[in-house]
Amino acid sequence: MSKILVVAEHSEGKLNAGVAKVIAAATPIGGEVHVLVLAADGSAIAAEAAKLVGVTKVLVADSAAHASPIAANLAPSVVELAAAYTHVLFPGTTFGKDVAPRVAAKLGVPQVSDVMAVHSATSFDKPIYAGNAITTVETPAGTIVATVRLASFTAVAATGSAAIEKVSVATVAAAHTRYKGLEAQKSARPDLQSAAKVVSGGRALGSSENFKVIFDFADKIGAGVGASRAAVDSGYVPNDMQVGQTGKIIAPSLYFAIGISGAIQHLAGIKDAKVIVAINKDADAPIFEVADIGLVGDLFTLVPELQAKM
Amino acid sequence: MSGSQPIERDVMEYDVVIVGGGPSGLGAAIRLKQKAAAAGKEISVCLVEKGSEVGAHILSGAVFEPRSLNELFPNWKELGAPLKTAVVRDELHVLTSPTAGVKLPNLFVPKTMHNEGNYVISLGNLCRWLEEQAVGLGVEIYPGFAAQETIVEEGVVKGIQVGDMGIDRDGSHKPDFAPGIELRAKYTLFAEGCRGHLGKRLLKQFKLDDEADPQHYGIGIKEVWEAPAGKHQPGLVVHGAGWPLDVVGTGNTGGWFLYHADNNQILVGLIVDLSYSNPYLSPFDEFQRLKHHPVLKQYLEGGKRVSYGARAIAKGGFNSLPKMVFPGGALIGCDLGTMNFSKIKGSHTAMKSGMLAAEAFGDALLNGAAGGDALQAYPETFKRSWLYDELYRSRNFGPAIHKFGALFGGMFNYIDQNIFGGKIPVTLHDTTPDHATLKLAKDSVKIEYPKPDGKLSFDKLSSVFMSSTNHEEHQPVHLKLLDATIPISKNLPLYAEPAQRYCPAGVYEIVGEASAPRFQINAQNCVHCKTCDIKDPSQNINWVAPEGSGGPNYAGM
Amino acid sequence: MKAIVSVKRVVDYNVRIQVKPDGSGVVTDGVKHSMNPFDEIAMEEAVRLKEKGKITEIIAVTLGGSKNEETLRTALAFGATRAIHIKEEGDIQPLTAARALAAVFKKEGASLFIAGKQAIDDDANQTGQMVAALLDLPQATFAGKVEVDGNKATVVREVDAGLETLEVDLPAVITADLRLNEPRYLKLPDIMKAKRIAIEALTLGDLGVTPAAAVKVTKTTPPPTRSKGIMVKTTDDLVAALKAKGLA
Repeated sequence: MSKILVVAEHSEGKLNAGVAKVIAAATPIGGEVHVLVLAADGSAIAAEAAKLVGVTKVLVADSAAHASPIAANLAPSVVELAAAYTHVLFPGTTFGKDVAPRVAAKLGVPQVSDVMAVHSATSFDKPIYAGNAITTVETPAGTIVATVRLASFTAVAATGSAAIEKVSVATVAAAHTRYKGLEAQKSARPDLQSAAKVVSGGRALGSSENFKVIFDFADKIGAGVGASRAAVDSGYVPNDMQVGQTGKIIAPSLYFAIGISGAIQHLAGIKDAKVIVAINKDADAPIFEVADIGLVGDLFTLVPELQAKM
Repeated sequence: MSGSQPIERDVMEYDVVIVGGGPSGLGAAIRLKQKAAAAGKEISVCLVEKGSEVGAHILSGAVFEPRSLNELFPNWKELGAPLKTAVVRDELHVLTSPTAGVKLPNLFVPKTMHNEGNYVISLGNLCRWLEEQAVGLGVEIYPGFAAQETIVEEGVVKGIQVGDMGIDRDGSHKPDFAPGIELRAKYTLFAEGCRGHLGKRLLKQFKLDDEADPQHYGIGIKEVWEAPAGKHQPGLVVHGAGWPLDVVGTGNTGGWFLYHADNNQILVGLIVDLSYSNPYLSPFDEFQRLKHHPVLKQYLEGGKRVSYGARAIAKGGFNSLPKMVFPGGALIGCDLGTMNFSKIKGSHTAMKSGMLAAEAFGDALLNGAAGGDALQAYPETFKRSWLYDELYRSRNFGPAIHKFGALFGGMFNYIDQNIFGGKIPVTLHDTTPDHATLKLAKDSVKIEYPKPDGKLSFDKLSSVFMSSTNHEEHQPVHLKLLDATIPISKNLPLYAEPAQRYCPAGVYEIVGEASAPRFQINAQNCVHCKTCDIKDPSQNINWVAPEGSGGPNYAGM
Repeated sequence: MKAIVSVKRVVDYNVRIQVKPDGSGVVTDGVKHSMNPFDEIAMEEAVRLKEKGKITEIIAVTLGGSKNEETLRTALAFGATRAIHIKEEGDIQPLTAARALAAVFKKEGASLFIAGKQAIDDDANQTGQMVAALLDLPQATFAGKVEVDGNKATVVREVDAGLETLEVDLPAVITADLRLNEPRYLKLPDIMKAKRIAIEALTLGDLGVTPAAAVKVTKTTPPPTRSKGIMVKTTDDLVAALKAKGLA
């Protein structure tokens, strides 16, 4: 029977939204799911984690060594508590990717990165070649350390009530690493590469001035802004906004392709987007073959209309 | 900072510098080293290749005649040369409509189209194998470096200059600007393949083609497919002509191939003669609709396309051969024009021409030549070789097809080859250059091509995608217009700007409103086929090498 | 001060990979390979540190079969002082690689280990962190900026929330992210010189490394194809459809 430890990511006293998705990945493995909160004072975070449906217990290990997200301090704590578990899961965030391999190496076990599906307690799917191929893997005997690809799982509900237990760890903060600070994302508009929502415009916009339609809509819904190669080549927007095979490869939860025909080079940049919405005048545009929601019509009428209704 | 100030360049010196890592360049490099080793002396050889690796820009059918390889490496089999699929059977078809065609009985197939003793190969893989042999013999090979300029001093070719790297779109130097090195040599061999950009300039500068017929070209578009279950017959070689191009007409000719290779793969392609006259013709779309014909469809339906590419071929043959030497260098391979069009084979002839050059230049160097001369020993050796004889015998095929069409031209060829052994006492000349054959748009019939079905036929952009083509984003556009106004002012009204259609990679587009059209060049898509340089009716497009490593990354083409 | 840079030979990032029809893996035969782009960035950073006088020797290390020699030649052309080829055929697990690289690091008495954050074939993003764990070294992953001052390094890391700054004492492990630098063009004379530098060959046995237990790949498939969704007629319908998906 499996026993799964999910290492919670948190910041400024709040649980990271990704943890609820890791629980969703943990549940099909079967067995007890515990969440581990490593913080200076993890009580508020633990209370949030305890609500996640599927969680049996939340372990809170408070220590000054956990005050900053330094892998050299967090990994030993996880290792100390991992003996009782068959699986140790992390969210596939920069936090999880930073800490998990350190834990795996200390335990002397391999790690599975970016789990996107769970077939059994020892069999998982993970992407390779930037998601251009999917492998099904079988883990060897021993503790299984994995990071979970958040885009592949739906967050569990926050209606549960698990027990919260305080534990202690022997970890002493390593002197060799000093946390100097975090500079949060500056611009009001989310960065295209990591934005959860993106609105992209194509050649149909016709001019740089007309791109205002895209920028306005994006700002209304708090999205990043991208463009097709054709729009960039026509000089409407700068090259760092290009989404596609030779531009940025992105994986937002919601992607609007406005006036974009859907050439395969563009689709290569958005194949991992969760939901693609396409608005195009041409009913035969290839984008409609892959869009989850398609609307045929004039973008100059429809986008402002949509903006008002969102 | 722009490139106007003189740039300091490193210089490296060799006995021989070779431009291009195809069969002729590699054949020459290997033969030079073999000769040096036999004489117990040294000949330093440097070969530069603009593709990211040898083979990245190689595209050919191909059915390979091993004659030259047998001479270069008699023990090629033990050495593991990738000639794995012997030809088992030939078929020749004339398609007459989208659904019908005639298979010619073996009796009526000209000798030159019989392939016993030949192999279905990937020329790209053969070149990679040749590269291994060459490197083993001490040839220095540098992929990812494009020869950009020929160094000519006082009328003598002294070598080449590799292109500068790190130049921005507007010509200014980026922070990582790296000046191209000068590779100087006693002799420089140009092996860039069909319509090499340096070769093009050399022909003009040294008046090499003044006495030859104009060169004639075709565009070859090829795909590699994984065969559907149960349809794979390794060693089966199928050729055809007729529909969708002309059967009896002479205006728009061409032919296709479908070869069953090893590894459950099928190699399929169409060659459209670039002497075509209908400006609305799109070679890419002709190829896509060709695949729906039952004769080809039977081997492709249910299979999976894995690769795509295109390359122009030089098919003028014997009559179009220019002078092959000039002070300090020579042309070899398709840069010279050595393809035997009647066999639709240019690989063994290119290789042989490189080997012949190596004989002549190697002997000269081993005898202490200082280089820099127009070495007549090369054309003299060429004239005494089986290559010359082979090209002479096949001299009429191309002109016959252009003059008489596929059916009657084919018949003429049959008589010439099977009855006269290629020595029919008449030589046909095709003196109209390919760029001058287009009829005006207003006098031509627009062709309505069927939409691709996504299973057998595909759109251009998806196809370019499969060629793994990439170019460094921030660099000058390598397709240079001599006059930026011509596409809109001349080509568009006269010929409906055929660049939109003859380019197999979607580089050229007319965009904007009907009242204010604009000629857009999507240089990023370019697969280095050279068709635009050849076919532009105004000869306004000059293809130059983009930054090294850019272009397709063909795998096993 | 020595820096170890680990470099991996991978399918070139421009190549459109094909999954083998029998699902046994990705086609790699006859396909262009190059140095992992993130490792090129790591190499470039090491060379810049050497040019600034912060490190004195760069040792490029690779694990793999005979073809990996090309990758080391590239590293030498970049400016690596020496190259070590740990010869191993077949698939190499990140933990095995980390054990070998840690052994080399220790043997050489190095101060800095730099690698790309991940290889573009398996996208594992583990090896650097594992080396740090095995040697109990500080780690600064996803580096967007690196400054070395005597015995410490200040690294700006690209994390989800923004830019995090860490100060680490050397010896330390740094993994390179995309924006750390733009690798230089390799010059022909450097490529030529690189061909003549001797490469040290070692085996896992020489380093006293036991291969780690392997995660076995049982199947490889192409990604699921997206299929056509729904077509709506009005923006109201669109908003409703988004709401139904919890996106509006």
